[in-house]
Amino acid sequence: MIRATSPSRMVRATGFGMTEGGDVYLYRPTNVQEVKDILQMARETGRQVVLRGSGRSYGDANIARECLMLDISRMNQIYSINKQSAEVDCQAGVTIEQLWRSTLEDGFWPPIVSGTMAPTLAGALGMNIHGKNAYVAGPIGEHVTELDVVLPNGDVRTLKPENPLFHAVISSAGLLGVITRVRLKMKRIKSGDLRVLPLSVPDWAGQFKIFEDLEHDADYMVTWIDCFGRGKHAGRGVFHAAWYTQENEEFPSTLRPENQDLPDTILGFFPKSVVWRFLKPLNNRFGMRALNAAKHHASRLLGNGKQHPQGLVGFSFLLDYVPNWRNAYLPGGFIQYQSFVPKEHAPRVFAEQVRLQQEAKLESFLGVMKRHKPDPFLFSHGVDGYSLALDFKVTRKNREKLWQLAHAMNDLVVAAGGKFYLAKDSTLRPADFQATIGSENLARYFDLKAELDPESILTSSLAKRLGLDPREFSK
Amino acid sequence: MIKEAIIVGASSGMGYEVARQLAEAGTKVAVVARRLDRLEQLAAAFPGKILCYSHDVTHFEEIPGLFQQITHDLGGLDLFLYASGVMPEVGWHEYSFTKDKPMVDVNISGAVAWINEAAERMDNTRHGRLVAIGSVAGERGRSQQPVYNASKAFLHTYMEAIRNRIARHGVAVVTIKPGPTETEMTAHLKMKKMPVEVAARKIIALSGKTGEHFLSPVHAVAFFIIRNFPSFIFRKLKV
Repeated sequence: MIRATSPSRMVRATGFGMTEGGDVYLYRPTNVQEVKDILQMARETGRQVVLRGSGRSYGDANIARECLMLDISRMNQIYSINKQSAEVDCQAGVTIEQLWRSTLEDGFWPPIVSGTMAPTLAGALGMNIHGKNAYVAGPIGEHVTELDVVLPNGDVRTLKPENPLFHAVISSAGLLGVITRVRLKMKRIKSGDLRVLPLSVPDWAGQFKIFEDLEHDADYMVTWIDCFGRGKHAGRGVFHAAWYTQENEEFPSTLRPENQDLPDTILGFFPKSVVWRFLKPLNNRFGMRALNAAKHHASRLLGNGKQHPQGLVGFSFLLDYVPNWRNAYLPGGFIQYQSFVPKEHAPRVFAEQVRLQQEAKLESFLGVMKRHKPDPFLFSHGVDGYSLALDFKVTRKNREKLWQLAHAMNDLVVAAGGKFYLAKDSTLRPADFQATIGSENLARYFDLKAELDPESILTSSLAKRLGLDPREFSK
Repeated sequence: MIKEAIIVGASSGMGYEVARQLAEAGTKVAVVARRLDRLEQLAAAFPGKILCYSHDVTHFEEIPGLFQQITHDLGGLDLFLYASGVMPEVGWHEYSFTKDKPMVDVNISGAVAWINEAAERMDNTRHGRLVAIGSVAGERGRSQQPVYNASKAFLHTYMEAIRNRIARHGVAVVTIKPGPTETEMTAHLKMKKMPVEVAARKIIALSGKTGEHFLSPVHAVAFFIIRNFPSFIFRKLKV
């Protein structure tokens, strides 16, 4: 008989896209001993544990059903900031926002940031997130100089990059251990502003050409793609490159956090907290087709090719402009779909993915393309090529068709030797993941799982879906 | 879509039939009852879809642990149905505590012990459907079945209170008030009865709709009248 875990601990947790949910027993430890206690309780009660940071993984990586949920977000203490070595030593529940707010005035910026500042470092390392500088800086794991991990048996290990376990614990989606402390090497900056170059791009060929032209020059590159563009307009969008800038003053005011804060109104008038309510009626094919077209034409006519300064926060955290924007996708939620394709195949594969969407009348409402490079991590998603990230609205009616579309797009990626990114996945089948991650990496994962977590304490709905939880095999 | 369900009192009658229909539709159903052999028969018809638990609802101390066990085994909970109920034949002039006590234990205490577990969980997760089988018999105290009537009236009021606690969070809290239905419990009654398959289908369809529901419009009208019948006349009727 399982010892009663109190129902008063229960909560329904969903992935960020709100398409998948599960009821869990929520625990929020504040120190390593409490982390060990939760793992111990899991062993005693026969339950499994799912790890969660800020809950920003879109699909089902941060949820499970009837498990203990270990939410790391209260382990959020910054221990020290070493100004000589540019290293921050902190608990792993520290968020990217805490990190930049605490270090900006000293001239530091997180080496890698996602499109939102919400993720915790533990979550960021579990998924090994990337940013708009992925083609030069790689994923965030490459900037960690040391970390502590609590293994499912309760042992604590301190890992450095030379330790073979280091590259497995980072990237393995929280299935091998609980990262509790991180030492991260920050990027030194002289100014809080970037020099940003927007370029309106007419088609796919133009998109890839600009990336190639600037890949040895720009510090950040990202492009937005209008997935409603057809024929000669297919692949149209707006490209942005950005460069770090120097300022002559010793302490430029742009390094003050309050000068970086995003405005609390849109167009100086609409309070941002309600903006999602205005987006909701537009959040359908017709509204989004119009909005995408308007954005494309605005980029062509206004400021095209004109460099301008922009704050690091404003440029980096586009997803934080509209609070609760995901509510515009209610009631069904949305999925994010991001595939990574080697550069020689990317133009064909991405054009084909968008064509398939148009054929199914399920165009992504937002398309974002970035440049990447390979990395040495176990569940790596890095390729010498490009990624295309897509947002699809999910409704009860379109769900089946949408998954069919995703599977058709998966097939293209697998055939091209591409990869997928677990933080954004909802639709992969076990075979898709196995094919892209490689049998050698998968075998190593199962060896490590058997060694470090023989009872398969750590799990997630994603792990069960992709066949990464050995406990499922015994059922 | 109901992915996982718990049905307490699933070895016969409406509980059995709801379990059967849910399993047929693809739901994973945990069936709880005293008579394990009957549950296992059902499980054999739907391999992998039915989990059986032998339990007497009057063993109250088992309930919290068993509820934890079942939700763990199921891997989730979308629907909880309390369908246990007893109605011994009671004579017009019979005052037998021996016959009355099981009705209090099963129809009231067992219901509270089980539904409290499910309600606390759903209060926190803000997800699920909580359904109890009441009865049209709970609408009035009638001379033929004092304790059965009172036990169902208790259940209706208790469920109303639970509904007022947790329906605001989006949990469906449903009281079903069936009339006479073709089940073992009513085998001794000679009257027109609703086939149990029909009753079960209606219960599943209503399980997402917070509120009290009769299973036929005739009952709704008839019991509206009966409920509002003046007491000084009602007591003179032989009902």
